[in-house]
Amino acid sequence: MLEKPRLLTGLDILSALMVLIAAALVFFYAPVEQLMGQVQKVFYFHVATAWVGMLGFMVAGVAGVLYLRTEKEKWDIAGLGAVEISLVFFMVAIIMGAIWARPIWNTWWTWDPRLTTAAIVELIYAAYLLLRSGLDDPGKRARFSAIYAIFGFFSVPLTFISIRLVRTIHPVVIGSAEAASQGGFNMDTPMKTAFFFSLAAFSVFFADLLWHRIRLGKLQSKVNQLRYQSYEKES
Amino acid sequence: MITVKKLVKRFGPLTVLRELDFEVNSGEFVALLGPNGAGKTTLLRILSSLMRPTSGFVQVASYRLPSQGASLRAKLGVVSHQPLLYGDLTAAENLQFFSKLYSIGLDRIPEILDLVGLLPRRDDLVRTFSRGMQQRLAIGRAILHNPSILLLDEPHTGLDQAAGEILDRILKEVALEGRTVVMTSHDLLRSAELASRLVLLSKGKISSSVSTVDLDPVDLVEFYKTGLQGGQS
Amino acid sequence: MIPFLKSTAAIVWKDIKTEWRTRENLSAMLVFSLLVILIFNFALELDLRARESLAGGVLWATFIFAGTIGLNRSMAVEKDRGCLDGLLLAPVDRSAIFIGKTVGNLFFMLVVEAIVLPVFSFLYGISVFQPGFLVVVLLGSIGYSAVGTLLATMVVQTRTRDILLPILLFPLTLPVVIAAVKASQGFIQSVPFAEISVWVNILITYDLIFFTVAIMVFDYILEE
Repeated sequence: MLEKPRLLTGLDILSALMVLIAAALVFFYAPVEQLMGQVQKVFYFHVATAWVGMLGFMVAGVAGVLYLRTEKEKWDIAGLGAVEISLVFFMVAIIMGAIWARPIWNTWWTWDPRLTTAAIVELIYAAYLLLRSGLDDPGKRARFSAIYAIFGFFSVPLTFISIRLVRTIHPVVIGSAEAASQGGFNMDTPMKTAFFFSLAAFSVFFADLLWHRIRLGKLQSKVNQLRYQSYEKES
Repeated sequence: MITVKKLVKRFGPLTVLRELDFEVNSGEFVALLGPNGAGKTTLLRILSSLMRPTSGFVQVASYRLPSQGASLRAKLGVVSHQPLLYGDLTAAENLQFFSKLYSIGLDRIPEILDLVGLLPRRDDLVRTFSRGMQQRLAIGRAILHNPSILLLDEPHTGLDQAAGEILDRILKEVALEGRTVVMTSHDLLRSAELASRLVLLSKGKISSSVSTVDLDPVDLVEFYKTGLQGGQS
Repeated sequence: MIPFLKSTAAIVWKDIKTEWRTRENLSAMLVFSLLVILIFNFALELDLRARESLAGGVLWATFIFAGTIGLNRSMAVEKDRGCLDGLLLAPVDRSAIFIGKTVGNLFFMLVVEAIVLPVFSFLYGISVFQPGFLVVVLLGSIGYSAVGTLLATMVVQTRTRDILLPILLFPLTLPVVIAAVKASQGFIQSVPFAEISVWVNILITYDLIFFTVAIMVFDYILEE
């Protein structure tokens, strides 16, 4: 367990490569968009990081159920890791979104469904971390986190649907006819390639980070155990 | 009545009970002694189905724990060092509430209140009771449904001399009715007086056990000291 | 089945009786609600028409905040005197404890709402006594109480108790807030029911999903 598995090293290399290729595709392969110019290129990374941001609560929800059923520590760490990683990625996505939006909509923030839901999901992630920090018993901490993650898993889609029914301003990006007038655009093939590849690259990156995080958690556990054992030998 | 084999309880990296073996026969009154942090409360909580073991075999009154915990509870009476009573209800109302939870009739309530000497205070709010009175009512609550096993976790905590003596009297009466009793305690002498067997728990394991019949007080202290040393393995 | 219902009923009755003795929790919730309405009145200096369009929001903000107070207190009582152990030692299904506490919390929330609504009506000059509106209040309160009771049971076992409950609860109950406000607004402004029904459906969906999930996971909160 202490040695880094070969597969993980392989994954490291793969994700680094994919992200680089994605960047290359975005900057050199995909054409510059007519209306928005270079700024539009932010879009690829924006959506990819937002996608990773959303992965967090889904992975945490599933990890939560798995933890409750198996009580294996790795599921608890997986949930925590997913939340931590996604918290950062979503923040990046929101900031990127603001950079993209400012020249187009002349505002940093709008209360549209996707953005608002993103903010809410960030708050749920933060609440999850706060919940964990208030619990010392590792068993309870893992169980409660799992339960909160499961609730979040169901609540976020409902929230999104509710907000969506209330307002709409965020560009419906993929192939809508009036897209351009809303600040959206139609994607031709090189753009689609760059777009989907970015999504894939960042997903692999997420998996890579998560695996590292789980290893880190397990090692931390081991250290704690050894520490307690040494205390007992002393007394 | 109670059989425990190789019981382990861990809280994350901390191991509290290490492969503990423990047996209590029907009708025995066992006092579980030991220093703080030895695991007495943990053991009791596991026996009372409130806590699940990390691993090991636990059987109480022919019910396996934790899987058959729900069935066990009807036969179990527990007194903790917290009273487990509702301050804003009267003594009688508290007993009525628990009677409903245990699905038994309300007719035993006056008898129980009388047994613990609280009949005159039946319509007073528990919030106004002294600690000793609350503990007495707690015992009443514990035997309401006529359990065959009683688990007591340091019931004398916070009681003055007089209250302690009243509690002892009730405990002796209650134990005489053929119940199996396990009581954790810090009080060596009192335990020797009440119990038929003393068991010493140290560092997560049972280190020694002795019957209290014909036990000399001097031997008692010896038993405790050597027991503590013995547990240091 | 019968002992289950009896235990649940016993728990609800116990909660109502204990609360009735002191009425501390109820008064706190009530006073707080009226204060919140008052603050909104000054914070949102509005003409009559604007008031009408914000009434639903003001009401639900009030209920959500007041509800948090009630939830915190009701579980704190059980934890502080170890009473939760008393409930756990009884041969009752864990879900009976959950349903009992939820119904109790719901009851108090409804009592407070029953008093706040006429006051609100009076102060804001808006009639809220339509059956549709009251159904929305009920549905929203049910969802909120169920999730709130579950989270309160968790939170009461943490170090950071009181502040943690709103932080955990609010993001999860947003669908309730959004749908309840929209639906309430709809009834106040006499919007045709066809447009309101989607919000009512969301409330019902939320209540069903979360009540079910809550019952399924409640055991895990109480075990050690």
